Amino acid sequence: MNPFRFLLEKSWQQQTVSGIPEGGEFTTSPYKVALLFFLAVVTVMFGLFITAYFVRMELDDWRPMPESPLLWLNTALLFLSSITLQWTQNVLKKEHFKKLKIGLVLGALLTVGFVYGQVTVWGQMQGEGYFLYNNPANAFFYVLTGIHAIHVLGGLFVWTKTIIKYWSGAELEDLKLSTELCALYWHFLLLVWLVLFALISYT
Amino acid sequence: MTYIPIADQANELHDPHTFISKYVWSQDHKVIAIQYGSVAIFVGLVALFLSALMRLQLGYPDTFSFIDPADYYQFVTMHGMIMVVYLLTALFLGGFGNYLIPLQIGARDMVFPYLNMLSFWFYLLSVIILMASFFVSGGPTGAGWTLYPPQAILRGTPGADMGIVLMLVSLAVFIVAFTMGGLNYVTTVLQARTHGMTMMRLPLSVWGIFVATILGLFAFPALFVSCIMMTFDKLIGTSFFMPAIVSLGENLNTAGGSPVLFQHLFWFFGHPEVYIVALPAFGLVSDVLSCHARKNIFGYRMMVWAIVIIGALSFIVWAHHMYVSGMNPYFGFFFAFTTLIIAVPTAIKVYNWVLTLWEGNIRLTVPMLFAIGFIFTFLHGGLTGIFLGNVTVDLPLSDTYFVVAHFHMVMGVSPVLVLYAALYHWFPKMSGKMFNVTLGKIHFWATFLGTYAIYLPMHYLGFLGVPRRYYAMGNTDFIPDSAQALNANITQAAIFVGVMQLVFIFNVIWSLKYGKKSDPNPWEATSLEWQTPDNPPVHGNWGEKLPVVYRWAYEYSVPGAKDDFIPQSIAPEDVVMEEGAGKYVDRSEEH
Repeated sequence: MNPFRFLLEKSWQQQTVSGIPEGGEFTTSPYKVALLFFLAVVTVMFGLFITAYFVRMELDDWRPMPESPLLWLNTALLFLSSITLQWTQNVLKKEHFKKLKIGLVLGALLTVGFVYGQVTVWGQMQGEGYFLYNNPANAFFYVLTGIHAIHVLGGLFVWTKTIIKYWSGAELEDLKLSTELCALYWHFLLLVWLVLFALISYT
Repeated sequence: MTYIPIADQANELHDPHTFISKYVWSQDHKVIAIQYGSVAIFVGLVALFLSALMRLQLGYPDTFSFIDPADYYQFVTMHGMIMVVYLLTALFLGGFGNYLIPLQIGARDMVFPYLNMLSFWFYLLSVIILMASFFVSGGPTGAGWTLYPPQAILRGTPGADMGIVLMLVSLAVFIVAFTMGGLNYVTTVLQARTHGMTMMRLPLSVWGIFVATILGLFAFPALFVSCIMMTFDKLIGTSFFMPAIVSLGENLNTAGGSPVLFQHLFWFFGHPEVYIVALPAFGLVSDVLSCHARKNIFGYRMMVWAIVIIGALSFIVWAHHMYVSGMNPYFGFFFAFTTLIIAVPTAIKVYNWVLTLWEGNIRLTVPMLFAIGFIFTFLHGGLTGIFLGNVTVDLPLSDTYFVVAHFHMVMGVSPVLVLYAALYHWFPKMSGKMFNVTLGKIHFWATFLGTYAIYLPMHYLGFLGVPRRYYAMGNTDFIPDSAQALNANITQAAIFVGVMQLVFIFNVIWSLKYGKKSDPNPWEATSLEWQTPDNPPVHGNWGEKLPVVYRWAYEYSVPGAKDDFIPQSIAPEDVVMEEGAGKYVDRSEEH
């Protein structure tokens, strides 16, 4: 079906109430719609950073940075946290509340682990003398990982709010929505990270 | 499950009780709109004052000792940036977007009222940071509103110490504010429309604001990215954009960076920004024209499509701002081609506005005067745009006053005329009071004729080759003395127009206090915001029950109907017909 069909409506003809059902019910949560738009905005932002990266890379003072093996561990942590959140969402659907607690806490811990790991990598790199201002490759490394980490922290803030919501006895539907959206956001950030990691490793 | 009734969540309505929660930390879209609007108009007046100072210097060089070259560049920069971002973007989307979206789609508020409030306070913060740059040592940045590196952050450019940093930080904060607001506007339009309000029944104001918001969401990241990278270049000494430079006899630490990369990023934001300002203007002016011409908008569907197409095209024309930076001729050809293509949907819109007036029952009210004035200035500015879209024509004209005249006509004067049309049109709804019509008409004629007196001669100066951005021309052989006389005249006109804007401010303040009480629907308009039970609408907008929508927003002068307008929310069986005119019928069978 053509998704832009609504643009063909001849609205000057009809005189009946049509389209949106009584009370303005929609089948998607507005939070989800807003999140999808937000993900699109973040995609554009990272896309532009990556474009700038490719342009800058071609200029002759570019010296690639060595890759820290710790980044593989961090990747694994983020991957696991993404899976944990998905699992949490699934157990919540089946209403296994015992498992739910594990998922909520484990997801947060793994994510904290990822951010801590990234900070450690920064320390390591600076210890070896790769500072932000030495070379554009370094600058891009710090800026890209930094912006990504800030987005992870933003997600963690919402996840913490979800945990608090659970312990203060929020409604089930509300909780389901929160975990679903968090899981979606985590998958997105994992994807972004994989792209960034590949970019840093192969160039 | 279905997610009900955001349009109608009475329990989530964060009822304000105290003065502070009602007017300061308010989550009501109407209060936030007025907060946004007031701050935007305030900074707009600052920028207007700066332009008067610039004109004094240009009209009477060597006369005003308090304006030195550094000051002049700071005035130019701040004038440009404030007008484009902090006034026009904020007033159209933060102001009118906030006010009109929920009212015109029949919702009680924005979907995320708290985020909406946050958006305003971040905007205010960005304005405060920007204004602070006037008071730091070295003053605000004087790099030009495009902030091109390397000069923007090198010693020798005014405000290269603190001014530029504050500018970049302020922009980043503004973008955060815009993104919060923008997500809200988009989601609200998509998810909070009332019963019967299909997308194609939305008034064009909402369409313009909706598409402009999407453009903003996807264009502002480019500015955000360049701001971040330039801040690093400035503060930490990276070389994202900074090539190897000898500055004031000293080798700088930077090497290898690409200033042209910044230009691409900047204009990837900068060109859609033109349409972020223009599309809401297109939408608002369509509604004003249709209402005061007592005729349905001509070609509604085409108007919507044109908005969408212009929005999409605006992302692939950015390099026409960079012809003089040099590029592969094939790129130049591509960007000239896409640029000229935009003229097609834009021309459709202009024709449709004119055809809306054709055989209408035109009421020359104050908002209508401004709206018709807009058609003139926009046509005028648009035509010079077709000159400048061509690479070979642009190269000699790019650094002259012709460009200044072009962009002021098309995205300075035109959107501002629409803003005035909209402010006068919706003022009775926002305040519940009527403005003074005589003052409004004086304001219109002074602004309309005055801006022509300013910008028409500038085209001529441009053809003579008078370069823009110069503090003073000095003695130049190829420019006749008469150009300076013309410059002085332009300055007189500019100061006159500037002062006449105070008439508007006075009119607003006077009318708020002493204005006649306004009818809830003084213009006899069809769209939902004029059908609210209270005037001005109270918190929650609709009283007990949400309006139900039966038709599009342009049912004016229907043959046989008693009134010459049928509001969107009146059921077909309740429409009063003239005697012997038969029944008011559904027209879907006719074609």
